[in-house]
Amino acid sequence: MARKRPEPVQVVKQRRDAALNALVEGVPYIRFLGINFDRRGDELTGVLNFDEKLIGNPLLPALHGGVTAAFLEVTAVITLSWEKMFPKIESGEIDADDILSDDSIRFPKTIDFTVDYLRSGLPRDAYARAFINRSGRRYASVRVEAWQDNHARLFAQGTGHFLMPQNPEPKG
Amino acid sequence: MVNKTELARQFIEAIPHSRALGLTLTHIGEGEAEISMPYNQQLIGDPRTGVIHGGAVSAILDTCCGAAVMSHPSAPGATATIDLRIDYMRAATPGQSIKTRATCYHITRNVAFVRATATDDDADHPVATASGAFTVEGR
Repeated sequence: MARKRPEPVQVVKQRRDAALNALVEGVPYIRFLGINFDRRGDELTGVLNFDEKLIGNPLLPALHGGVTAAFLEVTAVITLSWEKMFPKIESGEIDADDILSDDSIRFPKTIDFTVDYLRSGLPRDAYARAFINRSGRRYASVRVEAWQDNHARLFAQGTGHFLMPQNPEPKG
Repeated sequence: MVNKTELARQFIEAIPHSRALGLTLTHIGEGEAEISMPYNQQLIGDPRTGVIHGGAVSAILDTCCGAAVMSHPSAPGATATIDLRIDYMRAATPGQSIKTRATCYHITRNVAFVRATATDDDADHPVATASGAFTVEGR
């Protein structure tokens, strides 16, 4: 049997980018911090675009520790949601418009989050990537690392636990 | 005599990110601090419910912990976070301000240990708690 002809690249990119945008743009706090996501295939990198309002120590100056924590947590939640949703986005079961309008699509909830501050955050852009240690039916464990100029010199890393959205039990 | 609360308030409120969050220092003691953050639609994490994002709760808890360290009689100057763990108990009620209270319960020459709690109008049921280690600078 002949293999199905692959979709044109623009169709694939448009579908994935639209879904990712819906996931990110709908959250006011992500816009407030100036975070966006770079996508390569299914791999995401969070980008924290530097702004003066992210400063926590004006003398050094350095990024606010709370901003660093929030950036790591946002990257963890978006990556976890994205990986869970990705097969359904690819199959066409979910499209970008559903992500914010469909009430049955829920997001993971943070149970706890721990941040290691390795060096002070410089007043420039920062990047973060999340790795899913384990994602089960109810709980997930995620590790996140963040860097600025040099990926080998992390300025912070974090680990968090998340409660996965539960599908309502079918009645009967 | 210089009012210590007023001085600490000016210091905290001069931090650019504290201003962006609209933080107000409401109390400062010896190794204790209370900071409050008004409800702000820009900080919403779930647009369907209007609940504030956990990241914003982390930011206020981190600030409050830092203020508690700096207010400790044995802390000579600035501080930076070494590590901070946040436990999220429940969603903050939309429309209510978030109040945090931090205590620096132990301090050595180099390290300060801090605990903090965040609540909304229902003060008996915390929204989140934090515990962390901070540097002791300027010795």
